[in-house]
Amino acid sequence: MLKRTVPLFITGIAGAILIVAYFSPATTNWGEVVTDWMNTLAAVAFILGGGNLLFVNLEKISSKRPGWAYALVTLLAFVLTLAFGVLKIGAVPNAQFPATPWAGDYESVRAPFGWVYEYVLSPLTATMFAMLAFYVASAAFRAFRAKNIEAILLLGTAFVILLGRTAAAAILTGWIPVDGPFAFLRLDTLAVNIMQYVSTAGTRAIMMGIALGIAATSLRLILGIDRSYLVSD
Amino acid sequence: MSTQHTQSSNAQHGPFIRFLATLDRRWIFLAMMLAVGTPILLQLRPAETAGPLSTATFDVIEALPAGSRVLFAFDYDPASEGELQPMANAFVHHCASKGHKLAFLALWPLGAQKANETAETILKPFHPEYQAGVDYCMLGYKAGNEGVIKVIVTDLLQVYQADVNGTPLSEIPMLKGVTNIQAFDLIINISAGYPGSKEWAQYGTSAYPDAFILLVGTTGVQSNQLYPYYPAQMKGMLVAIKGAAEYEVLVNGKYGETAAILAAQAAMSATSGGAMKETGVPAVLQEGQRRMGPQLVAHLLMVTLIVLGNIVYFATRTKGAAR
Repeated sequence: MLKRTVPLFITGIAGAILIVAYFSPATTNWGEVVTDWMNTLAAVAFILGGGNLLFVNLEKISSKRPGWAYALVTLLAFVLTLAFGVLKIGAVPNAQFPATPWAGDYESVRAPFGWVYEYVLSPLTATMFAMLAFYVASAAFRAFRAKNIEAILLLGTAFVILLGRTAAAAILTGWIPVDGPFAFLRLDTLAVNIMQYVSTAGTRAIMMGIALGIAATSLRLILGIDRSYLVSD
Repeated sequence: MSTQHTQSSNAQHGPFIRFLATLDRRWIFLAMMLAVGTPILLQLRPAETAGPLSTATFDVIEALPAGSRVLFAFDYDPASEGELQPMANAFVHHCASKGHKLAFLALWPLGAQKANETAETILKPFHPEYQAGVDYCMLGYKAGNEGVIKVIVTDLLQVYQADVNGTPLSEIPMLKGVTNIQAFDLIINISAGYPGSKEWAQYGTSAYPDAFILLVGTTGVQSNQLYPYYPAQMKGMLVAIKGAAEYEVLVNGKYGETAAILAAQAAMSATSGGAMKETGVPAVLQEGQRRMGPQLVAHLLMVTLIVLGNIVYFATRTKGAAR
C-alpha cells in the first residue's frame, strides 16, 4: 500500500506544484523548492549509480562471466579515480596554505586525479568520438543508395550540406555573385537555407508533436493513471 | 550460399565495378585516415568568410558595454572537445578582449575541467590582467540538469553558495549583488547534448525573455534541434567547426594581435630561449580554421564514396534487372 501510494502522492503533488508555479508568480517559490528536491535527488543518484556499478561488476567478476576482465578494468578505474578525487591523494600542495590538509590542487596534471583526466580519460573519449568518422565513411559507401525519390532528396541534401559547410562551396560556386539573382544557388547559401528553413520547419513540427506527447504523458503520471515507473514486486 | 550468389553476380560486371563491389572496408578506413592526416601534415587551411550566424554572434558580444557580466555554461566533455574547444577559446578571448566579467559553470561533470583548461589556455597567457574573483570566477559543476537552470534563474545562491575554491559568492567582488543569473547580461552556452543549449533556451530565455541574451556554440549533430530557437530565444549560434572557424576570423580580425598577445608571445619566446617563437595570431586562437582543412578533404571523400557506392548500386541493379 505505502510502496505505491506514497510515490504516487509525491509525483502528483510535485507535478501539480511545478505546473501551477509556471503560471502563477505567487507560487514561483514553491516551484523552486520542488526543483531543488529534484537537484538533491540527482546528486544522490550519483551514489546509487556508483553502488550499482560496483554491484554489477563485482557480480560479473565473482561469477567469471564472459568479459569479466573488462569488468575488473572498469572497477579498478572507478575505484582508483574515486579515491584520487575524494581523498585528494597526491594533490599538489597549496602554495598559500602548505600546511593545511585537503587544500592542495587535485586537478593539476601533477596530481593523480588530474593525470588520469588529462592522459587517460580525455584521449580515450576523444578517440572513441573520432572513430565515428571511419564508420560513417564506410556506411556512406555501403548504405547511402538512391533507391527512391525520398532517398534521392536525402542524397542531394547531404551533398549540399557536406560541400556547403566547407571551402568546397567557394571553390565550386564562389563565382556566382553574392548580390546577384542566382545567389541562392551558391552552395554555402543553399546549405544555410536548408538548415535554417527546410530542416527547421520539419524539426519544429516534430518538436510540437513531442511536446504534446510529453504533456499527455506528464498528465497521466501526475494523475496516477500511468504507474509504469513504480517498481513491481 | 549468398556469398556464392554475390560472387557469381559480380563476375558479370567490369573490373572497376567488381573492385568496388568487393572493396574491403579497411581501404575506406585508410582513405579516411589519409583524408584527415594529409591536410594536417600539409597545414592546408582554406580561407573562411563569416556567415550570418557567426556575424550575429560576434555582433551581440561587440554590442555589450565593457565590463558586462557574462555567464559561461560549459556543457560538454573531452569527447566533443575537437569540435567545441576552438569556439570556447574564441568566445572567452572575445569576451576578455572586451573587458567583460566572466563566470563559468557546468551542467556536465567534466565541463568544469574544460572551463579550467580554457581559463589556463586563454585568460592566463593572453589576458594576464584578469584576476580570479575580480574579473572571472569558477562556479563549477552542479548535478540536476535543467533543474539547476530552473533554480538559478531566480535564486543563484540556492544552488551555488560558493565557488570551486570554497569562497562564498558574497565575497567574490565580480558577483557582488548578484542573486540570480538574471543579473548577467549575456549567457554563452557551449553544448554537446543534454543538458545544454536546448535546456538553456527552454528554461532560461523562454521563461525570462527580457532577462538576458543567450548565445550558443553547438556540435553539428544537434544543431537541427536548435535552429527553431534562433533568433528568438538564441540571438546567435555557432555550429560545429565551421561556425568556430568563421567566428575566429571575426574575432582575430579585431583582437588577434593585441598588445597583450604580442607581449605573451614575446614572453613565451624569451622563456623558451627562442625555441617557441610565434608571431601573428596565436595558433590556439586559430584552431577552428586549422581544422577546416581536414574537414574539407574528409567531406570530399565522403561525397566521392557516396557517388561510388551508387555507381555500384546502379550497375549491379541494371544488370540484375536485365538478367
